[in-house]
Amino acid sequence: MRRVSVILLLAVVLIAGCARATPTPLAREQATAASPVTEPEPNPSPTAEPALAGRITVAGSTTVQPLAEKLATAFRAANPNVEIVIQGGGSSVGVKSAAQGIVDIGATSREVKDSERTEFPDLVVHRIAVDGVAIVVHPDVPVDSITTEQVRAVFAGDIASWKELGGPDRPITVVAREEGSGTRDFFQEHFMKDRDILARAILQPSNGALRTAVSTTPNAIGFLSFGYLDDSVKALAVDGIQPTEANVYGGTYTAWRYLNMLTRGEPAGLARAWLEFILSDAGQQIVTAQGYLAVKR
Amino acid sequence: MQRRCLIDRLMQGVLLGSALLSVCIVLMIGLFTFLQSRLAWQSIGPVAMLTGTAWRPGSGRFGLLPMIAGSVLATLGSVAIGVPLAIGCALFVAEVAPAPIRALVRPAVQLLGGIPSVVYGLFGMVVIVPLIRRIPAPGNSGYGLLAASIVLAVMILPTITSIAEDAIRAVPREYKEGSLALGATEWQTIAGVTLPAARSGIVAATILGIGRALGETMAMTMVIGNSVVVPAPLTQNPLSIYLSPARTLTGNIAVEISYATGLHESALFATGVTLFVMIMVVNSSAHFLLRSRSR
Repeated sequence: MRRVSVILLLAVVLIAGCARATPTPLAREQATAASPVTEPEPNPSPTAEPALAGRITVAGSTTVQPLAEKLATAFRAANPNVEIVIQGGGSSVGVKSAAQGIVDIGATSREVKDSERTEFPDLVVHRIAVDGVAIVVHPDVPVDSITTEQVRAVFAGDIASWKELGGPDRPITVVAREEGSGTRDFFQEHFMKDRDILARAILQPSNGALRTAVSTTPNAIGFLSFGYLDDSVKALAVDGIQPTEANVYGGTYTAWRYLNMLTRGEPAGLARAWLEFILSDAGQQIVTAQGYLAVKR
Repeated sequence: MQRRCLIDRLMQGVLLGSALLSVCIVLMIGLFTFLQSRLAWQSIGPVAMLTGTAWRPGSGRFGLLPMIAGSVLATLGSVAIGVPLAIGCALFVAEVAPAPIRALVRPAVQLLGGIPSVVYGLFGMVVIVPLIRRIPAPGNSGYGLLAASIVLAVMILPTITSIAEDAIRAVPREYKEGSLALGATEWQTIAGVTLPAARSGIVAATILGIGRALGETMAMTMVIGNSVVVPAPLTQNPLSIYLSPARTLTGNIAVEISYATGLHESALFATGVTLFVMIMVVNSSAHFLLRSRSR
């Protein structure tokens, strides 16, 4: 038995060696036969309705990534010859790689900074969704409302007990996102301004992990993208305003940002078709189904 | 005769090739990591990186000390918990246990080595962290070094147990027989003869366990809190340093790499180089000890 397998192995090695050294006619035939299948049609048949085909690449914000995946899947369902490759990397990567033409579309969960605008003047911003950021606590925390000032004080470490927010005298556990996260950047800019989040804060590397940490840690507080809100955590009213879709649209809940897609110059071809799909009713329905808010148009 | 010779030659070549390939891969990974980290070493400086206490990539500060301290403390904690447990386990399996129980305990311990890291993390997050949270201390959230140490201790258990067991079994029978013949009890024999004779193997097992603990990532990011602080005691009791949240070197890379570009990315590779060097030192000392034992 062992002898047989050794001989078989030898045969395989020998054949492989032969094939590489002098391609047999059979191998060559196979190679030529295979090539037209792997290569795309050079001239698509000129029918009345040209079917979309090809490939677009997207990179950037990890907040936008899961939404973009869903939007790409839906788009591909209608256009099976289209391939959409979506990578993460963060909002800054999204800006840079779109501006330098490394990818067709860059994704960001923040606005393009002034410094980036001067460096890359030909970037075009497409707002594809609105995402609010809610202040969330463990469901057992008997506090329902917080002010912007208090949020800043809690996350900076000035307020350490729920007593100062009208709750019981229990220590607050602050949970935050890691440095570099677009959601953290937004939270920093909107709530913290020039204060730093306290160093002792428990850091979780994604929205999902943060939600798990807050929902399993009594007395915990954190901040979460609207897309991740559910019953396992309690979202607080900020300055008396509930973090709801209506309040974002109504302009009273101010902690929200646009999710953006960036292109270098006006988009053309496939990229344009996909962006149009995203902004269509079908696309925006996917946006709301994922827990984000449709762009008001 | 000639054909067999050919097969031998061929197989020798194939085996040599695969051995060389794995050496190449190690070298390439080391080289790549180092090259990627060069920017950070050059523009920040090795001293500032290794002794800096602030890691704020947004403001250009890249101090690795909090992460080095986190890794070292979590590893020490896991050794303090895991090694006595593992030695007890190894002694039981090698010396004390009757055959049927040995047949049960041994595969059970080895099975621990096959559980994926993320499952340990999940277990730590939903079982161990809430338990630790009950310890009364200001600022104790449950997430921190103690949770990390306990999870790590279980994770390094199979490694240490199996090597320590081998070392204990390798103690010559005559030693034990001599001790028993002199009238020593079984426990006196284990404590006074078997364990000292197996010492270098047990130390080597511990060091391999340390190497494994230093490199563990996923479970750590789930239970240690990932805060960038040099751990400090929460109360008067110095042991309460283990209730402090921390971040490990591995966790630093895992948590931030998806956002990092430029200098930040390079600094994360420098984190990797630091870890690489630490693990290499630990592992080569284990090899050294294992070799000196076999002589």
